[in-house]
Amino acid sequence: MSSSEMVETATLKGAMHDYWSRIKAGDIGSLPAVLGLIALCIVFGSMSSVFLTPGNFANLLTQAAAVIVIAMGLVFVLLLGEIDLSAGYTAGVTGAVLVILITNHHVPWYLALIAAIFVGVILGFGLGSLVARLGIPSFVVTLAAFLAFQGILLLLAGEGGTIRVEDKTILAVENSNLTPTLSWVFFIGVSIIYVLVGLNRINSRRKAGLKSELINLWVLKTVGLLGILGLAVFALNVERSNNPDLVSLKGIPYVVPVILLILVIGTFVLSRTAFGRHIYAVGGNAEAARRAGINVKQIRIMAFMICSGLSAIAGMIFASRQNSVSPTTGGSSTLLYAVGAAVIGGTSLFGGKGKMSDAILGGLVVAVIDNGMGLLGYAAGIKFIVTGLVLLISAGVDAVSRKGANV
Amino acid sequence: MSTPILSLRGVNKSFGPVHVLRDVDFDVHAGKVTALVGDNGAGKSTLIKCIAGIYTPDHGDFLFEGKKVEINGPRDATTLGIEIVYQDLALCDNLDIVHNMFLGREKKRGSILDESAMESLARKTLDGLSVRTVKSIRQTVASLSGGQRQTVAIARAVLWNSKIVILDEPTAALGVAQTEQVLNLVRRLADNGLAVVLISHNLNDVFEVADNIAALYLGQMAAQVDKNEVIPRQVIELITTGKSAGVESVGAKK
Repeated sequence: MSSSEMVETATLKGAMHDYWSRIKAGDIGSLPAVLGLIALCIVFGSMSSVFLTPGNFANLLTQAAAVIVIAMGLVFVLLLGEIDLSAGYTAGVTGAVLVILITNHHVPWYLALIAAIFVGVILGFGLGSLVARLGIPSFVVTLAAFLAFQGILLLLAGEGGTIRVEDKTILAVENSNLTPTLSWVFFIGVSIIYVLVGLNRINSRRKAGLKSELINLWVLKTVGLLGILGLAVFALNVERSNNPDLVSLKGIPYVVPVILLILVIGTFVLSRTAFGRHIYAVGGNAEAARRAGINVKQIRIMAFMICSGLSAIAGMIFASRQNSVSPTTGGSSTLLYAVGAAVIGGTSLFGGKGKMSDAILGGLVVAVIDNGMGLLGYAAGIKFIVTGLVLLISAGVDAVSRKGANV
Repeated sequence: MSTPILSLRGVNKSFGPVHVLRDVDFDVHAGKVTALVGDNGAGKSTLIKCIAGIYTPDHGDFLFEGKKVEINGPRDATTLGIEIVYQDLALCDNLDIVHNMFLGREKKRGSILDESAMESLARKTLDGLSVRTVKSIRQTVASLSGGQRQTVAIARAVLWNSKIVILDEPTAALGVAQTEQVLNLVRRLADNGLAVVLISHNLNDVFEVADNIAALYLGQMAAQVDKNEVIPRQVIELITTGKSAGVESVGAKK
């Protein structure tokens, strides 16, 4: 038995075959998002001379950042088959808390950020408790919270309407960059850790006498991923200021390491801890999880807390990008873009399927549509329609692939 | 006969005005397959849910290896070594075989999941049950056939050095060949020394693998008898009328 298994994926061809049968079984993962992203970049790149410039690339990342962070939080909730419609305004409210503490009360930025995340986690605890303990559908709870949080944000913003933030660290997140040298150091550090973690996994499986990932496939994947990242760092290190003597603009925006850090921690929690495993279990079959002795209510509440806590970090990113918080921060299309990002990336609305990187891929797709169509001069109305259609297609692909898996 | 590994004495359970179990006595022996039969609504599921700690009986005693025990939750049952395999399987489709087998009781190194240890142990357990139909234990449960899923569910139950495995209609949704496979597996469990409780509607299955047959009728234990002392017709009478000529009913024993 084990020997026949070895044969099964001992070749690259076998691995490709496995992948193909997984796709046919409805497990398409983030393939549509990757293909979509490539296609969009080709289309916009050929239609607009600005789209594929380093300046626009950096722009794109900072535009997408807040939505990506909210989407990463939403992945936890979506994995349970729940939704948080209030995540956008949670970012708004927590952003307001952050800015009020810094600007009005002169609290250091890190304490203010901790306080804002704490407020987010408390809000999430409230939402999660209403869903898990009272059994109100998350759709209704968070729809109510959507309105209520908007109200809280209006009250916090007060008569003036906007609260400015002058704190250098907070502003740097979206507006400053690592120096080119530091950018490369960062890239090399990330690469070394990635390779070591991968090698360690393969090695420990070999030691235990288990079938491990094909070494040359892993090398291929690693080289591909790190190659793309390296290219991105190279592009970001190009001077992108129109007037370099006045202000120099080059290097990785600070927000990128922030997102990568959340990605790494989130992925670790979801795939390497019992808590993460239980989130997938509850999303796949809550009754089975309950019978296996998992505290389903606690898992639900924790997921909402994580989601709202990450929204607070998104609130900080919003504050940094807008230099202020206003009653519309985290409003209008923010939440829908974030849900769209997670779903476009491959996270299922039905629960049980998805990962942190989905939020990044999907968030980039959404941002590329927004950015590219903006460059081509389309009206906001058209952008909304196209993004809506893309979301609909992704949700459709999700539903159809789910059907395919069940037949 | 030896002391039963598990004895229930005078177990009662009501849901509001509905009295589902009335003074039920039930014995389970190690190394034997005890079939629990009864019509729909006779209280089979309620009885096993009481044993598994999902329901708490209103009153009645549990004797485990001769000692009185309290089962107030699923954790208590699993601590005693009682595992239950549900009719609707209770597997997570989106997780793979290893994940499902260790669900809720993952092996960890520090706070990190120890995937290698779990995979090795899962593989060993499946091999020990002579399960050869599963291609890869890293495939998701969604991709398995009904018989394979049942096998995984049963393998999960025996992974924990369990002493009693309760199977709720394990063959209900299976074809002929797969039923045979699962019944063989059931027999093997008992031969390995486990106490097996098999709930089934199918008397062919019951007579094929069971050593001992307990029949519930309207919430009461009509009789618990050795398989060799009865013929299928008598069991059918026990199931449908609660008594049968020539079978001493539990009530009469008292």
